[in-house]
Amino acid sequence: MAKRIGKVSSILSLTHLKLTSIQELAELTSKPPPLMKINLPNESDLHKWHIILSGPPSSPFEGGSFTLLLTLPKDYPFKPPLLSFQTKIYHPNVSNDDKGAMCLGILKPDEWKPAIKIVDVLEFMAQVIREPNLDDAVEQSIAHEMREDRKAWEKKAKEWTRKYASGKDGTSENAT
Amino acid sequence: MDSEDEFMSGASSGDDFANIEDSDDDFDNEDQDLGFSQDKDIVRTSKKSYEVDFEVLGPSQIQLQQDVQIKDVADVLGQPPEAAAILLRHLRWNREKLFDRYMENQASLLDEVGLEEDASHTPSTKKIPDFECEICMSGDSDVETYALKCGHRYCVDCYTQYLASKIRDDGEAARIQCPTSGCKRIVDSKSLTFLVEDNLKSRYRELINRTYVDDMENLKWCPAPECIYAISCSVRKKDLAKIVPTVTCECKHPFCFGCAHEDHQPCPCSLIKKWIQKCEDDSETAHWISANTKECPKCQSTIEKNGGCNHMTCRKCKHEFCWMCMGLWSEHGTSWYNCNRFEEKSGNDARDAQAKSRQSLERYLHYYNRYANHDQSNRLEKDNFAKTEKKMTLLQNQSGMSWIEVQFLETAAKTLQECRQTLKWTYAFAFYLARNNDTIMFEDNQKDLELATENLSEMFEQPVEQLSAKKLDILNKNTYCSQRRVTLLSDTAELLKRGKWTFNISLD
Repeated sequence: MAKRIGKVSSILSLTHLKLTSIQELAELTSKPPPLMKINLPNESDLHKWHIILSGPPSSPFEGGSFTLLLTLPKDYPFKPPLLSFQTKIYHPNVSNDDKGAMCLGILKPDEWKPAIKIVDVLEFMAQVIREPNLDDAVEQSIAHEMREDRKAWEKKAKEWTRKYASGKDGTSENAT
Repeated sequence: MDSEDEFMSGASSGDDFANIEDSDDDFDNEDQDLGFSQDKDIVRTSKKSYEVDFEVLGPSQIQLQQDVQIKDVADVLGQPPEAAAILLRHLRWNREKLFDRYMENQASLLDEVGLEEDASHTPSTKKIPDFECEICMSGDSDVETYALKCGHRYCVDCYTQYLASKIRDDGEAARIQCPTSGCKRIVDSKSLTFLVEDNLKSRYRELINRTYVDDMENLKWCPAPECIYAISCSVRKKDLAKIVPTVTCECKHPFCFGCAHEDHQPCPCSLIKKWIQKCEDDSETAHWISANTKECPKCQSTIEKNGGCNHMTCRKCKHEFCWMCMGLWSEHGTSWYNCNRFEEKSGNDARDAQAKSRQSLERYLHYYNRYANHDQSNRLEKDNFAKTEKKMTLLQNQSGMSWIEVQFLETAAKTLQECRQTLKWTYAFAFYLARNNDTIMFEDNQKDLELATENLSEMFEQPVEQLSAKKLDILNKNTYCSQRRVTLLSDTAELLKRGKWTFNISLD
């Protein structure tokens, strides 16, 4: 498979971006990481991917279906991809605004390495969603709540999951 | 100058370079050019007490300094220069630390930067049968590939593009790592120059130099736009409470070596930082605050009254007080909206505190206004440079003086500028001085300089037709101004060096 795309690329002189992302996309859609589905919201735009994440079992996000947007910069894989939550989630590592930004160490420009694969990024993201990293929180108030009163946080996180990620918006049906 | 003598005398700060000469005789006669003479005792060799010794370095000298140290370390450690360079850069050019750590645990240090014990190699590319590059996820048997010693192999195209993006977009050079996730091996300069295009090589050199200057405590870039020079000066951070190290770059830009701000003698770096911060916070709003607000009698927060009721509750500390008398609201009983309790003690105390706070604001404004005034005059006089030249031409034509003979105007313009610059900072300095005899002497010096400067300024601005008759007066006044400035700076610097000033604020 890799070989074949390699040949095609030399004929069409595809850029690194296209080639790498086609390959990664092909692998990810056929064999997605647990709890995830990947698709392109716009078939002709390889820079934007939708990741549909099912809330990890026995977490307050269980039963929810969260859509993330993965944006590949034009010099991918030399520059890190951007990852953001489209669905609201009550989590200390996801910014509670219209950006839904996630602060993952490996996605910082000076820590990113071109050999890192998107599948690694996604697995890392799922890990953080399962086990929030309180020391590196974007939402200090949520982190504070988790530390002080975990029950209250769980209650609110469940409430948000029900309210925003209950899978009524079509995209999530595939995920569950 | 005899660089060797100075070099050896730099016992306090020259340790870093102490064995350069011992270890390699070839460098003896190059020392003069290498800027090692910066390491000498600032106090002993200064011409005036407010002046410091410094040296301007161009790009090639900066390069040379690095090469000498790299070669030296390479010789001592028996490592190839590329490895020595990586190690030096990794430890921010601290040779002592490098040697210590190398002796202590060679393997762990080398591992930390991804070097192995034998790191000599000549970079070359290789074709690998059925190769697939992990970055572009494609490949073939006839693709050229490259790997550092770590063996993480990628196709040359990807490697080159990776390096280019690091150098061009991220401005990285000395600490670019292997593209493999988790591999800390640093791309050495030999590999790098082997892989990237020529235009990026010069950018790489530039960045390497930049990191070098940034890493060295005795080097600083001239902050003037587009300036390519660096200054070498032995004044360290810990000296800054005792000296104000003004240096002048090859490009004529004078600046403070301590904080890269404009020349701010006689005021120490830490004070100008506080002062500028204070001015940014205060100056524009200070007048308005003074006119429209009061401070909470309990927590001193500034409060603006924006409604009719006199019952104030401080947002911050929840203290309830009366706007009229500043006394406790609870003492008002039932006479809520009408304050007739002006004589109560709590109200009196609060008003005293209020008056004190206003007083401190008045005091600040006193210094600020004078500071700002000199700052503005200075700026105007800088703009006037072209005007001075016109004046000189005009005077030359009218009086029949030669170009040399009208130079006194330019000299005066320069003196005026210097004096204003100094005066401006004397006010920031004085603001932080405690009242004592030294302060009174300082203010006398300041007053003399200010008066002389204003006189000179006035003479300077006379109509051109009167200037030729005033030439001698202007020259005299000019000399007097310069002398007053030197006196003020010397006296102030002397006390600063001896730690004799008393400030109303801590110096750190």
